[in-house]
Amino acid sequence: MRRALLWLPLGVFAILAAFFFRGLSLDPNAQPSALIGRPVPAFALSELHSGAALTGQDLPQGPYLLNVWASWCITCQVEHPYLTELSKTLPIVGLNYKDERTAAQNWLAKLGDPYVLHLFDVDGQLGLDLGVAGAPETFVVDATGVIRARVQGEVNARTYARIIAPALAAGRAP
Amino acid sequence: MNPKRKQRLLIILGMVFGLGIAVGLVMYALSQNINLFFTPTQIATGTAPNDQFIRVGGMVREGSVSRDPTSLKVAFDVTDFDHNVRVTYTGILPDLFREGQGVVVQGRVHDGLFAATEVLAKHDENYMPPEVTEALRQSGQLDKMMGKN
Amino acid sequence: MFAEFGHFALVTAFAIAICQGMIPLYGYATQQDTLIATAKPLALLQGFALAVSFAVLTHGFLVHDFSIHYVANNSNLYLPWYFRMSAVWGAHEGSLLLWALILAGWGVAVSLFSRGIPEHMAAIVLSVMGMIGIGFIAFMLFTSNPFERLLPFAPANGKDLNPLLQDPGLIFHPPMLYMGYVGLSVAYAFAMAALIAGRLDATWARWSRPWTTIAWSFLTFGIALGSWWAYYELGWGGWWFWDPVENASLIPWLVATALMHSLAVTEKRGLFRSWTVLLAIAAFSLSLLGTFLVRSGVLTSVHAFANDPERGVFILGFLIVVIGGSLTLYAIRAAAVSEPGRFGWLSRESWLLFNNLMLTVLAVSVLLGTLYPLLVDAVGGGKVSVGPPFFNAVFVPLTAILVSFMVFGPLTSWQHMKDTRQYRPLIVAAIVSILVGALWPTQMLGDYSIASALGTVLALWLVLGTLLDIWQRRLEYGSAWVMARKVGAGFFGMWVAHIGVAVTVFGVAMVENHTEHRDVRMGPGDVQALGPYEVRFIQMESLQGPNYSSEMGTFEVWEGSRLYQAVTPEKRVYSASQMTMTEAAIDPGFTRDLYIALGEPLGDGDWAVRLSIKPFVDWIWGGSFLMGFGGIIAILDRRYRRARARQQQPVTPAEQATVV
Repeated sequence: MRRALLWLPLGVFAILAAFFFRGLSLDPNAQPSALIGRPVPAFALSELHSGAALTGQDLPQGPYLLNVWASWCITCQVEHPYLTELSKTLPIVGLNYKDERTAAQNWLAKLGDPYVLHLFDVDGQLGLDLGVAGAPETFVVDATGVIRARVQGEVNARTYARIIAPALAAGRAP
Repeated sequence: MNPKRKQRLLIILGMVFGLGIAVGLVMYALSQNINLFFTPTQIATGTAPNDQFIRVGGMVREGSVSRDPTSLKVAFDVTDFDHNVRVTYTGILPDLFREGQGVVVQGRVHDGLFAATEVLAKHDENYMPPEVTEALRQSGQLDKMMGKN
Repeated sequence: MFAEFGHFALVTAFAIAICQGMIPLYGYATQQDTLIATAKPLALLQGFALAVSFAVLTHGFLVHDFSIHYVANNSNLYLPWYFRMSAVWGAHEGSLLLWALILAGWGVAVSLFSRGIPEHMAAIVLSVMGMIGIGFIAFMLFTSNPFERLLPFAPANGKDLNPLLQDPGLIFHPPMLYMGYVGLSVAYAFAMAALIAGRLDATWARWSRPWTTIAWSFLTFGIALGSWWAYYELGWGGWWFWDPVENASLIPWLVATALMHSLAVTEKRGLFRSWTVLLAIAAFSLSLLGTFLVRSGVLTSVHAFANDPERGVFILGFLIVVIGGSLTLYAIRAAAVSEPGRFGWLSRESWLLFNNLMLTVLAVSVLLGTLYPLLVDAVGGGKVSVGPPFFNAVFVPLTAILVSFMVFGPLTSWQHMKDTRQYRPLIVAAIVSILVGALWPTQMLGDYSIASALGTVLALWLVLGTLLDIWQRRLEYGSAWVMARKVGAGFFGMWVAHIGVAVTVFGVAMVENHTEHRDVRMGPGDVQALGPYEVRFIQMESLQGPNYSSEMGTFEVWEGSRLYQAVTPEKRVYSASQMTMTEAAIDPGFTRDLYIALGEPLGDGDWAVRLSIKPFVDWIWGGSFLMGFGGIIAILDRRYRRARARQQQPVTPAEQATVV
């Protein structure tokens, strides 16, 4: 009887641990994007520097990254060096989101420009269609123009290894 | 039974009895004081109970905040992009309360209006209360949500 | 390459922790004194390596090395230097490093102050602490490395520290809290060592007692500081919110309080041994659980700054090893412990048993309320929340019962009390408390409140009961001077701490029942009455801080025709994060705080303004400070030093009886 009682604390803890394990899989912050597996939405925006009209036709041949950024966004500054590094091997399209034209141009002039194409989305139209919740966000687009994955927040070595690299690999596979 | 054993038995019985009563009271208090969570759609369609203390989460609809010019009364819509709930509140709104941002309100539904006793805004740009995410996921609108500004 | 040096130090600390966790224990198992003797030097080395690592990270913050990912995310060129220091532990990775450093620090303390303890026991204790260190350092190295670089191009400026944390309170609150949390690991390690060595006796309790008490003191300070910080920084004037993170610190505190009291019984009478060991395991396990709740995102709340399920899986695994392992060892080894001796129904043992029962019920209730939403969600019951009404409904009456019986324990003798004459003066104390307590609320602002009267009665009753105990000791020793020298610091500590409880209870009863509180709409020129004062809104102006811009209001508080004070609450917007913060203006006082905070602008120059008078609110923290201070007094007891001087002599039963 007493011996059995001594195992009781362990039993209680085991039950709690099981609940915690279940709790871990109930991620309160997961925000799946319904756009994964679909093409980039159609848009009509202007080029950041020239103001020329841009549509989906102007997007590069994939795979590429679509990076949502803004000059007011500090995390964008934090991820900028890493993106610059990535842009040497992978094209990156910049979607300037809810920003001012001159502020954005100055930002690129100061920190360097990793983008192959600059979309200027002052009203956040394309951002809304993409389901962007804030900046920065980055989408992985494959060779057929289909969105494969999404990174909310900073792109860095960790998120690259966890989200971007697997999505690129999956996009390459038939 | 020797006296030592008898004493120990009495102590254990007393503890079990005391703990039993305590657990009973705690469970009763719990059942009286948990706040269930509902979505705006559930309130609009009448699935949520009236006049009971509940929580509702969603986004503050853009352009829906209106203030009384002489007092601290304020009203706004909480939406999951399917349905809206009109929320009334008297008092100081939290620093992070903004149109187009996530919010959780606590209070009661009465005559189709939600009288809030507490308004909790999301904590920072990277954090959204789980209830808000849940409401948006349930309405299938999560990915259409707008964030900044 | 400075940051790599910090990383290297961390890896070194990891290797040392592995040695410290394995070698002394192996030495104990195989009876090799040379291996046992490695424990203390290894603990010192580990402390040194982690101190270097921590210093490197701090250096990174001070020199704005934004190539370190963690620095870039939590600092900014415009952040003042003192907040750059505290920003080191302002987020996940750095606070873990602080955790590990403090753990190693406790290890250093144990190796320096354990001369009275047999070498092999100290070695096992340090080994267990080394194992905990392995877990924490591994967690950092594999999932949350604070030295991760942003190379080859570092950002020119950082993201800034979360504005909520840019506050002097944060400089001290986390280190204090961690000192408490982690300090409980020493009590845990002693319990494990006792189980491993099969030495669960009064001597073990005496070794482990001062460590438990000092950890408890730090925990008390940490919780009080946190509550104080919440009060003026984010609380809108509240001081406790039953937030999961607050509960995560309160639960170990309750268990540690029970542990301190049951250790007294185990030391003095050799009773409750297996229960005491279980409490020691539970106290530290619940501290780890607190960390788990905060870091894993299992329960999100205001404080949760790293929501990452991968990390959660690691912590859960670690918890299963530490808690599951120790409870298994407990189940196997505690069976051999017999409980010698009996005690009468009216004895100090009985009262302390009652104390333990109440504190355990309190801890379990808070735990249940905190985890309930998780349990419901896990069984598919949807999202629910458990609010303050639950915690108040359970906590307040149970605490009232606990406090009303607190006076009896110290007045009662060990083993069996035949003569209840010592209780007699308590009747006078009860009458005085009830009379004064019943009349007190009429002297306060607002309506008469039974709860306030009850709180006053309890606080006064506890103070008078404690004074009676002091008086009776004085009579026993003949003079106050003899008593002061003979009675021992332990008793002084207890008296101070118990009076601290009374002070806190009184403060809580006053704040919760007599706060005058108004949310009003005011524009410059408007006047509002607040208790005995008149508050005039003079003007708004814009200011520029180092890393924020601010709207500052000036309010004049008039007492009749006399200007009492002008205060300046602010609304700040932090530049980097664009977060808005409310800086309340608080005029603290012995009998009340005057609290004025700006809400939001309402147009036409009007602002929502919160005005309140909070009677005796500072007594809440003052009382907590007394409790923690009592703990510090208690460990100065010469008994512990004597035990050290006497070296390894076993304590005879006769000696046990003479030690009061």
